Parts: sequence; structure tokens; C-alpha cells
Amino acid sequence: MPTPPVDLGPVLPELILVGVGVVLLLVGVAVRRATPTTLVLFSLGGVAAAAAATLQLWDWDAAPTVLADAIATDRFGVVVRLILLGVAAIGLVLGHHYFERSGEGKAEFYPLMLFATAGMMLFAVSADLVTAFLALEILSLSLYVLTGFSTRLGSVEGAMKYFLLGSFSSAFFLFGIAMAYGASGSTRLPAIADALAGRTGSVALAVTAMGLLAVGFAFKVSAVPFHMWTPDVYQGAPTAVTGFMSAGTKVAAFAAFMRVFNISFQPITWDWQPIVWALAAVSIVAGSVLAIAQTDIKRLLAYSSISHAGFVLLGLTAAGEDGIGAALFYLVAYAATVIGAFGVVMVVSARGERHTSLSAYAGLARRSPVAAGLLTLFLLSLAGIPPTAGFVAKVAVFRAATEAGYWFLVLIGVLASVVAAFVYLRVIVLMFMREPEEDTRPDESWLPRVALAVPAVLVVVFGVFPGLIVGFLERAAVLRW
Amino acid sequence: MPWLTVVIFLPLVGIPVLALWTRASDAQARMVALVVALATFLVALGVLGAFDPSVAGYQLVEHAEWLPSAGLSYLVGVDGFNIWLVVLTAFMTPVAIASSWGVSHRVRLFMALTLLLETAIVGSFLALDLLLFFVFFEAILVPMFLVIGMWGSARRVYASLKFFLYTMAGSAFLLLAIVYLWFQTSQQLAHASFDIRQVERLSLATTTQRWLFLAFFIAFAVKVPIFPLHTWLPDAHTEAPTNGSIVLAALLLKAGPYGLLRFNLDLFPEASRYFADAIGILAVVGIVYGALVAMMQTDVKRLVAYSSVSHMGFVILGIFTFTMQGTSGAVMQMVNHGLSTGLLFFVIGVLYERTHTRDLSEMGGLATVTPWIAVAFLVATLSSIGLPGLNNFVGEFLVILGSFGADRVLGALAVTGVVLAAIYMLWAYQRAFQGPGAERHRGLVDLLPREVAVVVPVVAVMLVLGVFPNLVLDRINPSSAGVVAWVRSVDVDQAGLPGGLRAQLPPPDDADVSAVAEGGP
Repeated sequence: MPTPPVDLGPVLPELILVGVGVVLLLVGVAVRRATPTTLVLFSLGGVAAAAAATLQLWDWDAAPTVLADAIATDRFGVVVRLILLGVAAIGLVLGHHYFERSGEGKAEFYPLMLFATAGMMLFAVSADLVTAFLALEILSLSLYVLTGFSTRLGSVEGAMKYFLLGSFSSAFFLFGIAMAYGASGSTRLPAIADALAGRTGSVALAVTAMGLLAVGFAFKVSAVPFHMWTPDVYQGAPTAVTGFMSAGTKVAAFAAFMRVFNISFQPITWDWQPIVWALAAVSIVAGSVLAIAQTDIKRLLAYSSISHAGFVLLGLTAAGEDGIGAALFYLVAYAATVIGAFGVVMVVSARGERHTSLSAYAGLARRSPVAAGLLTLFLLSLAGIPPTAGFVAKVAVFRAATEAGYWFLVLIGVLASVVAAFVYLRVIVLMFMREPEEDTRPDESWLPRVALAVPAVLVVVFGVFPGLIVGFLERAAVLRW
Repeated sequence: MPWLTVVIFLPLVGIPVLALWTRASDAQARMVALVVALATFLVALGVLGAFDPSVAGYQLVEHAEWLPSAGLSYLVGVDGFNIWLVVLTAFMTPVAIASSWGVSHRVRLFMALTLLLETAIVGSFLALDLLLFFVFFEAILVPMFLVIGMWGSARRVYASLKFFLYTMAGSAFLLLAIVYLWFQTSQQLAHASFDIRQVERLSLATTTQRWLFLAFFIAFAVKVPIFPLHTWLPDAHTEAPTNGSIVLAALLLKAGPYGLLRFNLDLFPEASRYFADAIGILAVVGIVYGALVAMMQTDVKRLVAYSSVSHMGFVILGIFTFTMQGTSGAVMQMVNHGLSTGLLFFVIGVLYERTHTRDLSEMGGLATVTPWIAVAFLVATLSSIGLPGLNNFVGEFLVILGSFGADRVLGALAVTGVVLAAIYMLWAYQRAFQGPGAERHRGLVDLLPREVAVVVPVVAVMLVLGVFPNLVLDRINPSSAGVVAWVRSVDVDQAGLPGGLRAQLPPPDDADVSAVAEGGP
């Protein structure tokens, strides 16, 4: 049996992250004097090295897939990896600060973040369903542990819930892979597409596979009706982890979603578009409406993330390049915004997780103008008010969906935006127009503020000059296979 | 120099100054904002000077690629419709800033938000790219929301949320329609584009055009506001601080009729004619209803707010007559309403700072205590009710003339609005400034030099516009003639549907408006 050629270049970023992670794991055990500061610096170094390795792949022009067709080498993968590495860098800094502040710091935090990031990146570039499943498990297992990393009861409960429901969805995903294999005789994405296009595979099995995989993806991106875990897990997890998880998982899972559906199931696009349509509509509406009733900022942002999953799906209804380009921009904007928002929540909640109820935000503008200003910016971006990145992103997905002829879905989207705006405005009202109820001082340290300046600047710059990245995203919106 | 861009963004220069100068005293913060706003006004005057009144189309157009792949461009320009609104905005913003000398908490933020508002409002008047317009139009909301919600009176949070959600709900449809039009340009034209000059070349099916018209209309009707979408306005105007009331009434409301004139008539001429009757009726209902409700008010700010509903009804009525007089009169009326209502709110603010009440029943006899405040209020009142020789007369007269030409019944009903305005405004003056009650207000300070410095220029402009309306009309008329001819060149699609009364209109007569204007009041 001939062995396939081994070309590790396209997986170098993941190898670097995993390598640094393993080393840090050993260092944490063996070197007693390794301070958290050293660990976070090493982790950030690993992230930077992985980013450098990723950039090398931008001009990759050899085979579209390597390692026995398991890994895709396209620019789409490059861009998604860069987004994820950015999210990881901010997540590492915020998480470092969070655990140092709460005194729950453990050396395992840094490797776990790196493993999760590597899993996310691998998920986004998998060109084979089995590789995708492995990547999914790497990222999920790391995130289960990170969710339960704090000793608070809520954290442990959230981790348990995430683990049980996550395993359930993994089973769906795995079953879908089996069906896809049954339909086409392969788990490689291009091979599945060929089999379906050539009518050599069973369409009924393929549609079943597509449905089961959609369930798996919908769970990971927290689309309704597979969103049940999201509020509890987002609320329970340490806030810094929530920020990393909400941005990173969504980006990675949507990237894989786009790849699988636009490659493997491209021949049956007419079958999956209605499913994506329905998922988008119910996610947008349910996420926006349920957010109204929330009294905890983390749960509020969790429901907001559900409705935003719907908006990305709205872009995906337009199959092909237009939809991918729009969804990529949306993911960039959303990732920057949501990690920023959770970062501010972390700053406000000070030590531990005591001050996450909305009442803690009353009069925040007086106690901490910077935190209130930043959160306002991020909330406006979530609401899609110009001139923020969130607005440009919304217009992009609306355009894509209109082009695909789904203007009714766009109507649902714009109306739900108004409902959602009310949710975010309520928080702004609390911060600027109410008197403080509790005399708590937000965290005044400089580190989280520096880390939050990055997403804040991005949200404004991408809102005012979207042209700065749209060019890259458009060149990356082509899946090679 | 790209002067239009300078007018739009010059106010923003003040924001970093206010943000970084953390140790600025309140007086210094006000001065920063005032200086920036006055500088913007000077530039706006420069633009007015560079404006060529003989040209009907867009002038001083500035164009830059913004997001070429999506057809999004930075495109601004002036014509007869927006030139005066820009000058009005630049003129009233310093007034609004001067009116907030009494604001004493978080002054820097307040001033920064006022400047931000100016940029957003001027930007939405000047944008000729649909999405750019939408960006500015939506950007108005947040600073206005904060101004009402943070510095307003008792029910400010309710009022600010109501303002935001009403407006945003309206503009949701606008965004949908804009995206749809963009999609049509990508299908029909060489490039996808949001450029209004490209979008107006689209050929749209009659039904599509009418739906799109309605989507645009709802967004602007909320802003105007057109009855029955007006309910946010009394709350917002009443609860806002003086500064906010001035910006809302004098400037923000103008974005609505301006949008109708710029986009609805231009892009959907058939639908405009089709819906003209219905909108004309709504406008007249607004005129009469606003006036009647204003009569019943005891809160003087609420009274002026409802009078705005009535006055804006005239503007809408004028726009949808599709006559030269109606259109030019409507634009004139927008400017005039901005001046007179702005001055009214300013004087009410001055009064409130002294008496701490807005309730007419708690006033009375103020004319003997504060005669100069009374004079200022009286001038604004007389202007507001359309006294010949003051600015409002010309606009209202032209609108009524135009509406008689189009539909006598509506014209006749609109006239009652003028009569009712005289009743509620003069009655308000009487209750506040005459009669008994002077002893209660003994010791109140009359107009301060700072306040005189605001009132005098506004009154001077009112007089100038009242006596020489052609200064304004000459620059509006070419654009009015253009849009009237354009809308009339399209017939209502009769296929199975009853055409509007306006379908039988005679062709426009260019001579009529100048004859009226030269005849003068």
C-alpha cells in the first residue's frame, strides 16, 4: 500500500500550538518557579508563531488538500485561522488576568486554551469528515474543562451540562458521517460531492447525513432549537472563557459548516437551503425575543449570540462565494464585538462572578466611564448601529440573502434587529441614565483595558473603513477542492 | 478643498478635544463646542456662497470610493433642497449649544454629543449614496437618545427609548428597501451601486415600486412625524433638555420631509403620484389634529411639540402637491419652522431656567417682570403663526397656494390649521405673559446679554426671510422645477386600479412661483 506524501506545512500552525501547549503542560509540572506571567508570554509567543506560519500559507499554490486529502490549504482556512488566533490571544490575556485576580490560576489553563484553539483551527480546515470529528472533539473537550475551570458551583454545573449535551450532539455528528459514508463511499468532502453530483450515491442517505450533520453544527453555533445549553454554559463558565468560547467556537463551527455544506452537499444545495433558512429564522427571532427577559448580562449576551448565529446563517442561505464572504465578515465583526463585550463584563464583575446581574450596571457611566463607553460601543455593534462593524456585517448578510432571493428572511432579520436593539438599549439606559444601586468599583487594572482596546478599535475601524479587510475576505471566500 | 466634507466632519474636531481635556471647566467645554460650531457655520456660509443658483442638479459633488466591490461610495453634493437645510443646521447648532449654558452635569459629554449630532444631521442631508445616507440617518439616533435620556426631565428614559425604537423600527424597512434597490442595480446596471443617480435609472415594476415607496415612506413618516406615527414626538420634545428640543424640532424633523423629497419622489415617481391623495389626507389630518391637541395643552413644551406636528403637516402637503409652489413652499417651510420653533424652544428654555415650570397655569403676568423674554417669545409666536413680514408666512402661503391648485378641499382644510395656530399660540402667550400672577415671579432676571446674542441673530434672519423670501426661493426653485417635472412626466399606472385625482393635473407652469414670490407679502 503506497503511503501518501507527508506535507506538514499546511498544519504547521496547529502543530506549533499543540507543541507549545505540551511543553507548557510539562513546564507547569516540572518547573515550580514558572510564574503565570511566563506561561502567558510563552502562550502568546506560540500564538504569534502560529500566526506567522499561517501567513506563509496565504500564497500556497500546491495541492488544494494535503495529508491524504484530510486538510484543505485554501485562503479561507488562512483567514479563519487568523481570526481564531486573534481571539485566542485576547482570550489568553483576559483569562490570565481573570484567574490571577480570582486566585484560581492553574498552569493547565494556558495549554488548554492552546489545545482548544488548535482544535478550532483544525475544524475549520478539515477536508475530511473524520478529521473534522477529531478536531471537533479536541476543541470540545478542551472547552468542557475550561468551562468547569473555576470552583464555583455554576461553573461545574455548566461544564457538566455542556459535556452531556455536547456528547449528544457529537453522536449526531458521527452518525451523520456514517450516513455520508453510506451515501457516497467516502468521508472526504470532495469525494462526497462527486458521488452526489454523479448520482452514484444515494440521495436519500445523503439528505439524512446532511440533516444529522446540520444538527451537530447547529449545536456548536447555538442555533435554535439546539441552543438550550448556551445560556447556562455562558453564565456558568468563567467570564474570560465565555468570551473566548463564544467568539472562537462560533467562528470555527461556522467555517466548518460552510466548508462541508458548500463542498460536500453542493449538489444538493436545494435540499439544505430550506433547513438553513428555518434555522436562521427561528434563531434570529427566538434569540432576540428571549433576550428581553434576561436579568443577567451573561445570559443576555448568550441569547444575543443565539440571534447572531441566526444572522450568520442568514448569510449562508446564499450558497457559494457571496454567502461565504458575507458570513466571514460577520464572523470577524461578531468575534471582535463579543469578546470585547465579555471582556467588559469581566472587568465590571470584579473579583469572582458576583456582579453579573444587570442591576450591577446601573450608573456604571459614573463609576467607570471607560468601561461604560466600551460596553456601549460593543452593544451598539451587536445591535448593528452605524458606524460600527456590526452594521456593515448586517448589511453584508442582508445583501447576500437578498441576492439569493430570501428577502422575506431579511425582513424577519431587520424587524428582529429592532427588538434586539431594545435589549441592548436597556443596558445602555442602566449605565447612563440610572443611579448606581451598589457601590462596587470595577476592576481598574491596565491589562484588560489594553486587551479590550484591540477589539474596540477593530469594531470602529471595520465599521468606518470596511474596505480594509473586505478585499482579503473576498479573496478568501473561495473554497478550493 | 472638499468643502462639503469639511462641513460634515468639522464638528467632530471638537470631540477629541473635549474627550482628552479632562480638566476643562464647564465654561471651557461650552466654549470649545461653541467655537467649533461657529467655525462650521462659517464653512457652511462658504458653501452657500459657492452654490450656483442657476443649476438644477447636484453641485459641489464629492466622490470617493468607500467599498468599491459592494458599490458603496462616499458621495455628497448639494442642490436646492439641502443647501438651506445644511445652512440651517449649522446656524441652529450654535443656538442649541448656547441654550445649554444651564446644563451643569457631564458638560463635556453633552457638548461632544451635540457636535456628533451636527455631523450626523448634516451628513444625512448631504449624502447622495443611499447607504451613506442610511449610516448618517441611523447615527443620529444614539447621541439624541443619550441627550434625551441623560439630561431630560422626569420621564426622560421612557421618552428616549420610545424615540429610539420608533425611529429604528421605521428605518428597518428603509434598510430592507435600500438593500433591495442595490440588488436591482446589480441586476440591471453595469455595476452594483447605492448611488442615487444610478438607482434612479432602474426600471421597476409598478407593484415593486409601490412597496419600496412604502418602505421608504414609513421610515421618513416616523421622523416627520406624519399622523398617526407622531406619538413619540410630544414625549421626546417635552422630556428633552432645551438643547435636545431645539435639535429635534429645528433639525431632526427635517430629515423626514427631506428624505421624502430626495428619495421617494425621485426614485418612485409613479408610486408618489399613486399615494399622493392618501398622504395629502394624512397631512391635513396632522395639521388639524396637531393644532387641536396643541390647544388643549397646559405644558408649554408639549404645546409647541404638537404645533410641530401641525406645521410639518404643511410641509408634507406641499411636497405631495407636485406643484412648484407646493414644493418650494415646503422646503421654505422646513427652514422657517426650524427657525421659529428653535427660537420658541430657546425662549421656553430661558423661561424654565428662571421659573422652573413649563406649566402655563403657573405662569402669567411675566411680561411685566421679564419684558424682553416676552418680546422674544412674541416674535417667535408671530412667526410661528405666519404673520406676513416674518418668515413662516411665505412658506405656508406657497404651500396653501400649491394645494389649492392640486385639491381645493385639502387646501381649504389646511387653511384652518393657520387659524387654529393663531388661537393656540396667542392664547399660550396670553396665559404665560399677561394677566395676573406677576407678583409670584417678582425678581426674575430678564434676558441676559448671552441670551440676547442668540435671540437677535435668529430674529434678524426671520425678518430677512420674511421680507426677501427670494433669497431662499431662488436657490430652491430650479430643484423644485426639476422634481415636479420629473414626477409629472410619469402617469399613474391605471391598470385595474383607480388613479389619484392628481393624475389629471395640468403640466407645471414655471412662471407661477416667481410671480408669487416677487409679489411678496
